Amino acid sequence: MTEANSMNGAMHAPMRPMTFGFRRLSAALLLLALVVVSQSGARAQDFPALTGRVVDEAHVLSSGTKAQLIEQLAAFEAKSSDQLVVATVRSTGESPIEPYANQLFRHWGLGQAGENNGVLLLVAIDDRKMRIEVGYGLEGILTDLLSRLIIENSMVPEFRAGNYEAGIRRGVDDIISVLEGNADELKARAERNAEKSRGQDTWGNVVFVLFVSFFVSIFGFSILASIFGKKLAPGRYKWLGIAVSYGGGASSGSAGSRGRSGRSGGGFSGGGGSSGGGGASGGW
Amino acid sequence: MMTLNLSADRSRYGLAAVLLSALVLLSGCGVNAIPTYEEQAKAAWSQVLNQYQRRADLIPNLIETVKGYAAHEKDVLTSVVEARAKATSVQIPADVLTDPKAFETFQQNQSELTSALSRLLAISENYPDLKANQNFLALQSQLEGTENRIAVARRDYIEAVRLYNTELRTVPGRWWAAFIYSDARPMQTFSIDAESRAVPKVSFD
Repeated sequence: MTEANSMNGAMHAPMRPMTFGFRRLSAALLLLALVVVSQSGARAQDFPALTGRVVDEAHVLSSGTKAQLIEQLAAFEAKSSDQLVVATVRSTGESPIEPYANQLFRHWGLGQAGENNGVLLLVAIDDRKMRIEVGYGLEGILTDLLSRLIIENSMVPEFRAGNYEAGIRRGVDDIISVLEGNADELKARAERNAEKSRGQDTWGNVVFVLFVSFFVSIFGFSILASIFGKKLAPGRYKWLGIAVSYGGGASSGSAGSRGRSGRSGGGFSGGGGSSGGGGASGGW
Repeated sequence: MMTLNLSADRSRYGLAAVLLSALVLLSGCGVNAIPTYEEQAKAAWSQVLNQYQRRADLIPNLIETVKGYAAHEKDVLTSVVEARAKATSVQIPADVLTDPKAFETFQQNQSELTSALSRLLAISENYPDLKANQNFLALQSQLEGTENRIAVARRDYIEAVRLYNTELRTVPGRWWAAFIYSDARPMQTFSIDAESRAVPKVSFD
């Protein structure tokens, strides 16, 4: 009888503080979500969105050429894991094309993380400037000199004649042929990345699941103890031989995990690579 | 019997729980922020030094190539050699990042080399044979690429130092610095040097 009474007491007494705690927790989570959203919003600046492998903000490419380029770039990434992206803008604004290209490259995170094998071909039509920005990992293959030769010999003549489409197509062909120059290295890089992304994902997931389940079990235990446990004193319960006490001073903590912006459903996104300013620029 | 033993161990569980939650709470409060930002700023600085070194390494080859075509441009060639010697011979002290004077000297030396190099590249425009030389073309594009990498490295460093210095000056970083990291000092950052701030003069005589 006394057992049942204390059970009843246990059922009712902690209910109110628990709902209160839940409300506070959800408020904290909401606040955290708002902070995360506002931060990611602030970082976006006024860069164009990475809508695909070809971002034609300046509208100089016909839809046929665009589709053809996208197919070519996708096939190349499938073969080598190198991410090559073509972007056209009207103008880079007040900053010169070099810092703009570097920041855009990093903003999009072109190339696989760790390998940094991305290339950005950026054309600013109204500024009459272009740049090939090369990720850290490809600086040794697509050197500054080769980037410059591609710009000066293949792209600039076409751009001077007003053939923007042809200039971009020839630039892309040349970049790909340079990157394909060493077939063995290309194959090795593709294999390395295929292995790494598989390995990393599973281990990351295992650690994450263990981490979450650890904390969930601690919280869950303390809540269950107040429901199924034996009441020792007001605010103290014992369940499965472990005593849990609920102190007067509530302690609160919050945890959040940044959303992982991985590949999702056929869309295209950067792999998280970076660039240190390799490549070359030119004008026409 | 079993339960009795376990409840006797309760205080130990409690202690472990307190320690664990203290650890989680402390790292949540940013006790590690200052050393983390400091290491990031130092890494960014290494990248700056690395790129400046890369530029210095390109110069001997460049001088050799230009000399073959424009030997009588002695003044410009000498000024590049001297500026390079000055920039590379000065021993960079270990505390260059927190010592305003040493940092100023470093920046001054490198910007002298930058302007000497830009003069050299400007006069090379006058020599069509030099401009057509494959070796010169390669060196020139590498030099341009390196200048751009320097700019990127400097920007990254400025950003890393901004984070670190802000952490040192704002609460709670300020309190942690006072309690634990009393040797943490704000770091120096790049400013635009006097030469590039000056308005360029144009004369038509």
